Amino acid sequence: MKEFKYVVKDQEGIHARPAGLFVKEAAAFPCAVKICKGDKEADAKRIFGVMGLGVKCGEEITIRTDGENEEEAIAKLSRFLEENL
Amino acid sequence: MRHASADACLPGIRAPQNHNAALYGPRKNDWRQQIMQLEGKSVFGGIAIGKLSVYNKKDNQVKRRKVEDVAAEETRFSEAREAAKEQLKGLYEKALKEVGEVNAAIFEVHQMMLDDLDYVESIINMIRTQEVNAEFAVAVTGDNFSKMFAAMDDDYMRERAADVKDISNRVIAVLQGTGQGQITGEEPVILLADDLAPSETVQLDKSLVLSFVTRHGSTNSHTAILARTMNIPALIGVDYPETFQTAAQEEKSLDGAFGIVDGYQGILYVDPDEETIAKYRKIKDEDEDKKRLLQELKGKENVTLDGKKINLYANIGGVADVANVLANDAGGIGLFRSEFLYLESEDYPGEETQFAAYKTVAENMAGKKVIIRTLDIGADKQVDYFQMEKEENPAMGYRAIRICLDRREIFKTQLRAIYRASHFGTISIMFPMIISLQEVKEIKEIVAQVKAELENEGIPYKDCELGIMIETPAAVMISDVLAKEVDFFSIGTNDLTQYTLAIDRQNPKLDNIYDSHHEAVLRMLQMVVDNGHAGGCWVGICGELGADTTLTETFLRMGFDELSVSPSMVLKVRDKIRNADLSKN
Repeated sequence: MKEFKYVVKDQEGIHARPAGLFVKEAAAFPCAVKICKGDKEADAKRIFGVMGLGVKCGEEITIRTDGENEEEAIAKLSRFLEENL
Repeated sequence: MRHASADACLPGIRAPQNHNAALYGPRKNDWRQQIMQLEGKSVFGGIAIGKLSVYNKKDNQVKRRKVEDVAAEETRFSEAREAAKEQLKGLYEKALKEVGEVNAAIFEVHQMMLDDLDYVESIINMIRTQEVNAEFAVAVTGDNFSKMFAAMDDDYMRERAADVKDISNRVIAVLQGTGQGQITGEEPVILLADDLAPSETVQLDKSLVLSFVTRHGSTNSHTAILARTMNIPALIGVDYPETFQTAAQEEKSLDGAFGIVDGYQGILYVDPDEETIAKYRKIKDEDEDKKRLLQELKGKENVTLDGKKINLYANIGGVADVANVLANDAGGIGLFRSEFLYLESEDYPGEETQFAAYKTVAENMAGKKVIIRTLDIGADKQVDYFQMEKEENPAMGYRAIRICLDRREIFKTQLRAIYRASHFGTISIMFPMIISLQEVKEIKEIVAQVKAELENEGIPYKDCELGIMIETPAAVMISDVLAKEVDFFSIGTNDLTQYTLAIDRQNPKLDNIYDSHHEAVLRMLQMVVDNGHAGGCWVGICGELGADTTLTETFLRMGFDELSVSPSMVLKVRDKIRNADLSKN
């Protein structure tokens, strides 16, 4: 299992559009991808789950990948977050 | 709801307690003085005048039905989901062309929502376990998911409940074989709706929408975003009734009635009278004129048909005005009145305060010329902490450069601040109320001292152009001599007219003989241009007369190099310049 922590810098938080793009990225990997905020956890391949976390600017999220290609997935997703959020 | 006339009801007559109360007020022939005005929140300014069209959603009534063949129902759902996604792909392409990528992205998000496994599994699950029809399963699931968003503690996310309803309705419409609402007719309308889902707004023929008015929605809603993209006025939170009463006291549907949207004040007028319509047509025409000028003239040169060029700058009275200068495409700032620094403060503004203001303006103008006029108080502009004695005749009294040369510490502080800021842009300095060569020489001595001080302190500065305001007949008469001392002249036509005609411009009784087109004034202008040019100066006008478009051609013929006008006048004057032909008489 791989893990990556990130503090969201986008003023609007993880709103619909980046949530959609993030889900698209996550869905491309065979491993399980989770996104957590505090004690809430969601499947990062499901847009309603990701949006439902209601992540706002300044909040920390954790991305966990588990399974096939987990390393490649965490690298790609962390880069996505840094570039888009 | 509020009314143009405050008394919706006559004394003793109580309005019925429904939300159209005031409409049913006194049954008097003149009651129609009260035009129905509905208040809302504006999400985009502007004026729209036209027919109202009430947008009614097609009602996708969903009934629960028990199904025998569960597998077939699952297939029905899957096929409808695919069809809905296909529609969304089409909408995305359409939106991409019409409103750009950022606003179109919502339809991509909608497709992903339809792919969301939680959503899909919940629907399939319901069909299987409860043996219900797909429509019902989609409606219930859509409701549940939209409630989740509606309960979130964030305005933006709450707004997304509408997205979930929207995708669910789309699937249901496919399942039922129904379409969604549309504008009928070919005349552009003011569209009234409860709220508009993104898919509804994108399907609308935009050329038929003059304005959006919705009962619900927020400044984040798609309707609001779309209105801003389309640059049309839009109001939200307008609780409009279904009907209203006409002048002939008939009950009439709002749909099809005439209306006006005031996107500046956030008001919808229903069936307005001639006077109101005329008033708004005028505002709308002015808006359109401004827009047309902007579109046509932004980025264009200030050049006459026969090729004569002139600099067109703007006058400002504070840092905040710079945005207006840039928006109206002025080539620089021809008069930066520094008085605001003194008028707005309780005590003499220090070097740092002044430096910060000048630097901000210089930086924002990004290398374009900024002409700062040194302190010009006295006369009609008084500041308590200067503790000036009361004068019989302040316009001719202790003011402007006369104060600066008398109280040099004030003057030097300002000059230091200006020279320090000069490092951050292109600054010129202009001195007001000059009457003699002696004054100019003294100013130049002080300027030299200030520069030497900065040099010693190792503070960077640039050499600034130095100019004087020509606003006294004395300066006009010796302008040949003054021209040899400075880099430019800028004519303050207001004071020059007042002093030349010996008319106090504060005295309204004299307004009828205060004539800024007076031959004496015009001859002086010509004299200043000629003397300035002979002495190597460029010559401009920064008084109100500069914006008088009846004289623009005259100024060009006189040979002026620059006109500085209020930001809102820049494009009007540019228009005049570009249509002038000096080769013809």
